[in-house]
Amino acid sequence: MASQIVSAFGAVIAGVFACALYYWLSDKLLQIVLPVRSGDVQRISANLKHHAAIRPWLFLGPALLLMIVYLVYPVIATFILSFYDRSGGNFIGLANYKWAATDAQFRQSIFNNILWLAVVPAACTFFGLVIAVLTDRIWWGNIAKSLIFMPMAISFVGASVIWKFIYEYRGADGTQIGLLNAIVQFFGGDPQVWIAMPIWNNFFLMVILIWIQTGFAMVILSAALRGIPEETIEAAVIDGANGWQIFWKIMVPQIWGTIAVVWTTITILVLKVFDIVLTMTNGQWNTMVLANLMFDWMFRGGGDSGRSAVIALIIMAAVTPIMIWNIRQASEDRGGH
Amino acid sequence: MNAAINLRRIGLPRLIVHFSVLVICILWLIPTIGILVTSLREPGQIASSGWWTSFTGAAETSAARLGEPSTAKQDGPNYVISGSVFDGTEGGNPAGAVRAFGTKVAAPTEFVAGEAADIGDGETLTVNEDGTYVYSKNAPFDDERGKRVYLSVAQPPSFTLDNYRTVLTSQGIGQAFVNSLTVAIPATIIPILISAFAAYALSWMQFPGRAIIIAVVVGLIVVPLQMSLIPLLKMYNEIGAFFGIASRSYVGIWLAHAAFGMPLAIYLLRNYIAGLPKEVIESARVDGASDFEIFVRIVLPLSFPALASFSIFQFLWTWNDLLVAMVFLGTGKDQLVLTGALNALLGSMGGKWEILTASAFITIIVPIIVFFALQRYLVRGLLAGSVKGG
Repeated sequence: MASQIVSAFGAVIAGVFACALYYWLSDKLLQIVLPVRSGDVQRISANLKHHAAIRPWLFLGPALLLMIVYLVYPVIATFILSFYDRSGGNFIGLANYKWAATDAQFRQSIFNNILWLAVVPAACTFFGLVIAVLTDRIWWGNIAKSLIFMPMAISFVGASVIWKFIYEYRGADGTQIGLLNAIVQFFGGDPQVWIAMPIWNNFFLMVILIWIQTGFAMVILSAALRGIPEETIEAAVIDGANGWQIFWKIMVPQIWGTIAVVWTTITILVLKVFDIVLTMTNGQWNTMVLANLMFDWMFRGGGDSGRSAVIALIIMAAVTPIMIWNIRQASEDRGGH
Repeated sequence: MNAAINLRRIGLPRLIVHFSVLVICILWLIPTIGILVTSLREPGQIASSGWWTSFTGAAETSAARLGEPSTAKQDGPNYVISGSVFDGTEGGNPAGAVRAFGTKVAAPTEFVAGEAADIGDGETLTVNEDGTYVYSKNAPFDDERGKRVYLSVAQPPSFTLDNYRTVLTSQGIGQAFVNSLTVAIPATIIPILISAFAAYALSWMQFPGRAIIIAVVVGLIVVPLQMSLIPLLKMYNEIGAFFGIASRSYVGIWLAHAAFGMPLAIYLLRNYIAGLPKEVIESARVDGASDFEIFVRIVLPLSFPALASFSIFQFLWTWNDLLVAMVFLGTGKDQLVLTGALNALLGSMGGKWEILTASAFITIIVPIIVFFALQRYLVRGLLAGSVKGG
């Protein structure tokens, strides 16, 4: 164990050192091959131009290499693999897509994903906005925000254990040690196996993600609310608007852009939801979602890279509109610079 | 009167705001408190009572057998067996105050302790709070064995660190903790330098293709991990087979995490570095400093807040990750990370909440400490990442 810690720190130092060495050496090499400190003026100015042309690529090199190998190439490869059979060796055209169109489990996953997409981003944004408005009005608001924000630091697996304990079920006449069943029993209801109740169990899993992500929405929306110019609210007050009207007609329209950002960020997260379903039900009782189905097919029966790739592409397709919108936004930002 | 005046001064709406925020905070905290409290309880108590009863002392139901009929003494017309219920208990019930007792398993709290209960057949039974009992009958006892009684015994609140000792040593959580550190620390530090150089190039250097690279980086931020897994798994297996080395290694996961975090890192750092004052960088250029020197001496120190923000994101993400570790790292003892170990325990130890809650708490404690210590930078990073970029 101790040797492992030592080797981990060794790796950190070696990695950082290697990175630093690369940038330093490549810079030195550039200086030696194309000197700019001595020689005739024409030479120097020509070399300076070369430097300006080469240096960006030296700086960008490692980052570009990593992104190409780990992100760009795999996206293309996954697309190609979706037309091949389970081993990736034989071209089978659209067979994997046809399979997906008729597979019951695939449809179930799509349905569940749509359910997640309909509930989680809306719930997080709504609760986040409400809590942001409330906490901005009290003196201990920052403490409250910290506590609500805290689940964001917790892993999905950890959160799943936490909530599985809340949903715990002990036979109808045993003492219920799960909080939810204890409350149900206290009010005279019958304890239930919550995570095995089809359709409803999806919502019990969603609660976990909402619990984690509401803090994120709250923090971003709270910052946006503070950015609203005081004058607009004062003007509304003078005009006799009540709190409800001020909130819906003055504040919300001004932070509409931020609400969209929060919504889309959580949407992307929801599309990739994997850990929660894996640890809570592993897709049983009709809770399968795309990311889990994809992982399942990656290893099921030795793995089927074709079917798995099709499922990954569906997730990618769902993300693409957001991606294009982001790129457009970012380009506009720069245009104004 | 006073309260009413105070109330008017504070304002009822304001009070409602305070109250609702308090309720929301409690709602949000209860799940975490639940596992923290549970992880500190005795396994027996966890299984028999809810964690919310642990502060008041739990009432545990247990069974005991009274003395054998052969020990009965004659007392006038009655035959009497006496003793303590804690002497003949099964499975070693811990002593405690008896609150109630009963003779049927379905009704262990039928009679209140200290009360003489008529249990039929001319028999009466009294169990006192301290566990002593008097069991009498108006005729000789004819049973062969001692009578079974059911008790509701109040246990004083008791907490223990034994669960933590167990999971750290015998459930492999201690080793997994080290493995998680081995993954998370290099996977956090290595990408910082790489992305900082790239971010500098993308904000302060002119070269053809810059706009396209920025657009691609922004696009890559949202590419789902799922798109990368299959080709990378194939690639890792091929590299492993070609060089005759293990395809799943720490180096492999460090590079994977570094690459997956790279687009967001470059984006966050570029936003920050591009916003540095132009004069500082221009004047350094005029003084003849090369871009390398400008970056190391000026940009890197000035970018500390952005670097800190990104490192927190990356650390939380790598520490909490399950999917990447499941694909790129083995499940052997020396490679299983905390999230993977916890997932495995959920399968093998389902229902053993003393193990699960203690393991879960160990898993979440590091990110929570990081979160509370460095919240400022985390919030700043989030705002830079979404408000500005949106």
